Amino acid sequence: MLLHEARLKRQTIYDALFRGVTRFAAFGVLALLAAIIFSLVMGSMPAIKAFGFGFLASPDWDPVNDQFGALIPIVGTLVTSAIALTIAIPVSFGIALFLTELSPRVLRRPLGVAIELLAGIPSIIYGMWGLFVFAPLFADYVEPWLNKHVGSMPYIGPFFSGPPMGIGTLTASIILAIMIIPFIASVMRDVFDVVPAMLKESAYGLGSTTWEVMFKIVLPYTKVGVAGGIMLGLGRALGETMAVTFVIGNAHELTKSLLNPGNSISSALANEFTEAFGDLYTSSLIELGLILFFITFVVLSISRFMLYKLSKREGKAA
Amino acid sequence: MNAENSVKPKVVVKDLNFFYGKYRALKDINLDIADKKVTAFIGPSGCGKSTLLRTFNRMYQLYPQQTATGSIVLDGDNILDKNQDLNKLRAKVGMVFQKPTPFPMSIYDNIAFGVKLYQNLNKNDMTERVEWALRKAALWDEVKDKLTQSGMGLSGGQQQRLCIARAIAVKPQVLLLDEPTSALDPISTAHIEKLIDELKEDFTIVIVTHNMQQAARVSDYTAYMYLGDLIEFGDTSSVFTNPKRKETEDYITGRFG
Repeated sequence: MLLHEARLKRQTIYDALFRGVTRFAAFGVLALLAAIIFSLVMGSMPAIKAFGFGFLASPDWDPVNDQFGALIPIVGTLVTSAIALTIAIPVSFGIALFLTELSPRVLRRPLGVAIELLAGIPSIIYGMWGLFVFAPLFADYVEPWLNKHVGSMPYIGPFFSGPPMGIGTLTASIILAIMIIPFIASVMRDVFDVVPAMLKESAYGLGSTTWEVMFKIVLPYTKVGVAGGIMLGLGRALGETMAVTFVIGNAHELTKSLLNPGNSISSALANEFTEAFGDLYTSSLIELGLILFFITFVVLSISRFMLYKLSKREGKAA
Repeated sequence: MNAENSVKPKVVVKDLNFFYGKYRALKDINLDIADKKVTAFIGPSGCGKSTLLRTFNRMYQLYPQQTATGSIVLDGDNILDKNQDLNKLRAKVGMVFQKPTPFPMSIYDNIAFGVKLYQNLNKNDMTERVEWALRKAALWDEVKDKLTQSGMGLSGGQQQRLCIARAIAVKPQVLLLDEPTSALDPISTAHIEKLIDELKEDFTIVIVTHNMQQAARVSDYTAYMYLGDLIEFGDTSSVFTNPKRKETEDYITGRFG
């Protein structure tokens, strides 16, 4: 009897201890997040004081004269991510469509695993591959072609004419697209998989083709989840550092041409942090980090919110 | 097995065998589906009644391991023929499923969806067609003021009538109902059963049901199936009141299944 009571007491203590540890872990994450935001804000204070909101709109980046502005990296980050999405979304849709509807059953698993493996490749490898393999090929074959055929077109021409160097904004965008395709494709595949077979059969039963079923039924039905997957890819594209740094060219220049070297927030940070001299230079880089944090935070919040709405709707449908 | 009737058959099933991979789910099925009548398939779970229904519009074709042999002739045309145009077939043979499956779009578009696949109607004709289908499905009065709202916002029973309206909007000749009321409450079920009775003036209806009372209420002919065999087929009143086979009698009196 006594023994039993002692054990009960011991277990109560263990339970309380365990609860304490898990709570500490959970709140620790929150505290860490708050600390990161706090230190970013504190670190960027000198730059904020010196440049104000003008920092966001200024294309200057002159360490010698202590003049800094974030416009070029912000534009670089947004443009590379936007182009990467433009390429990645249709390709991912095709992959997911093939995997869920068209692929023979025996191919489904190996292909699905291959895509997940692609997502697991470290970004530095994408960067090296981009610099040593992709960029030279791009410079030799694709960029001259773009110059010749697209460069002379009205409106879009200026974006695609420039020296065929291989490295530049467009190259970085394409490498980014390759990196985020596995993420978007696997989310799309997962949400396509939860579409009730009966719903698809209903559409087939009316005489629809696979394309009509996918485009008019499955995509609208899963639109929120698909958008969530795209946001996930976008979040990764915005913050990707290594691969972009390798191939974007790291030039603080604002040019129209996508073939010219450019810069992004994360690659500016990676390249310049160790060389930054003076408080204002360091502080400006930290402010760049804060801006990136803010952009990514907004994008990921939107994606969370969309996924939340999806699960709520599924709950209602069940 | 032929139903003893003078009505000409709309669909003639001959020596039909069906396979899930190597498993033989239907065994030498022979039966005639009468034109503009309701034919019910009953039997315990796994007896092959839904499988049989799904051969009529070749729905099984979506799944590569599923195959059918024999013939199903609709208006002189073998449905199982390799060269059969599936889109044309499915325009002639509509289907409604166990659960309501409204498409993620407005009520109007739900109905117009199938019609657009086959016909280029102008806006007026399409609106007329939508109204016609919704009236036929006894749903018009309930939804006429909210045609632009999502079909997914309707009640279960309304959704199922929407699906029926969607199926008949393309003016098929045969309507396949796969346990259409199994997810519905009794009042909605009564609605649908009444509807089936009205629809048979225009369509040949084949219904799969778990509910024997339902088969007795709505059908003109009943087929009892067990383990892939068609055990008994005849007009509903004689199958229910005077079954020829002992297995049928056991099932419908509740001694089995």
